[in-house]
Amino acid sequence: MPLTLSIVTADRTVLERDDVLRLVVPTTEGQITLLPSHAPLMASLSIGEMIVHVPDGPIPLAIHGGFIQIVRDDVSVLADAAEHADEIDEARAEAARERSRGRIEGRVPVEAGAVDILRAQLSLQRSLIRLRVRRRRSATGVPTMR
Amino acid sequence: MPGAGAVRAIRDRMRAVSNTAKVTRAMELVAASKMRRAQDRALQSRPYAERMRAVLAQLSGYTVGADPDELNPLLQQRTVKHFAIIHITADRGLAGGLNTNMNRAAASLVLEHQPNVESVSVLPVGRKGRDFFRRSGFPIIAEFTNLGDFPSSTDVFPIARIVIDDYIRGELDQVYVAYQQFVNAAVQRPVLRQILPVQAPEGAEARGTDFIFEPSPAQLLETLLPRYVEMQIYEAVLEARASEQSARMVAMRQATDAADEMVSELTLTYNKARQEMITSELLDIVGGTAALNA
Repeated sequence: MPLTLSIVTADRTVLERDDVLRLVVPTTEGQITLLPSHAPLMASLSIGEMIVHVPDGPIPLAIHGGFIQIVRDDVSVLADAAEHADEIDEARAEAARERSRGRIEGRVPVEAGAVDILRAQLSLQRSLIRLRVRRRRSATGVPTMR
Repeated sequence: MPGAGAVRAIRDRMRAVSNTAKVTRAMELVAASKMRRAQDRALQSRPYAERMRAVLAQLSGYTVGADPDELNPLLQQRTVKHFAIIHITADRGLAGGLNTNMNRAAASLVLEHQPNVESVSVLPVGRKGRDFFRRSGFPIIAEFTNLGDFPSSTDVFPIARIVIDDYIRGELDQVYVAYQQFVNAAVQRPVLRQILPVQAPEGAEARGTDFIFEPSPAQLLETLLPRYVEMQIYEAVLEARASEQSARMVAMRQATDAADEMVSELTLTYNKARQEMITSELLDIVGGTAALNA
């Protein structure tokens, strides 16, 4: 029995599948893999890469925090934001990475009060995940589904 | 007896009214299409809202009976000294009684709370409500205008941030949200709902399932509760936007109908006046000829 999965954000449903064989999820306590018949679980998500394994291959997504619940092979992901690999703008993510790196290392001036190091670190983390997800997509060439 | 001037005046008026009808008809069509899009947005956010409610109902079941002091601050009931209302209205008018009704409903809630608390403040979202509360002189915490017809969650979440921070700091003890609920294209209903302290959603199959929590239920609540507040405000804004467009659509249709009716009445008057003018001219001519022949 495969898992049913829906990944939703406040703005839209990002992914809905009922043939999920395996699910790799970044939780705040570390990366976990969910298989069918998993014990009921509630966990908070961190910024990271999520991989949904379906019969036609893996679907990589960038997840920016949120919450996951699994009950009776039904998985709900309430994401703060989630993106498919092909929705990610590589150039923009790279620019964001450089900008936040610069801020952390003190190369790019930090506008007074507007941006602090913590925000730059979070932004760096997000852009790195976006790039990783984006590149995984181009490496495997597996079509993603919306 | 109407002269040529009166006849021309009626004709000008007909032209003006039928131009107005053209404008209102166009506005009705625009509002109808925006309404569909706004409804769509509201629909798209619903799965998140539903799952969030279900999860929170289950999760809060695990904190029932906990020491009130250890309860998440967003769930703690306090004596209400500082009351606030997030008041959601449209930025623009021409929407029938929509904004007026909302202002009236919010004002009566505010007046009802005022005698029992130390302070009442307003966080208006939308220009119509802001102008109303500014005129009545209530303290305004922050204002959000020009969010556009289709605001996204990132436009709306800062509103939640403000009230949550104020609530945790103890500057606010109770927060309501006021918005027009979209019932259907013809009906909108003003809704006033408490969002802080959070009232956990009903329907908890509390402790029915033996969950593994990572991290603890209390920590999960700490991340989820602010999301829940954000989501409720976002939901309210989306509903309010759909209501605004539908109210405008109906108001513009009524305006168009009224204008069309006025044009047909004016046409009657115009024809009658023109006929009278011709008749009187004829009478003049006939009278003149008779005088000559006499």
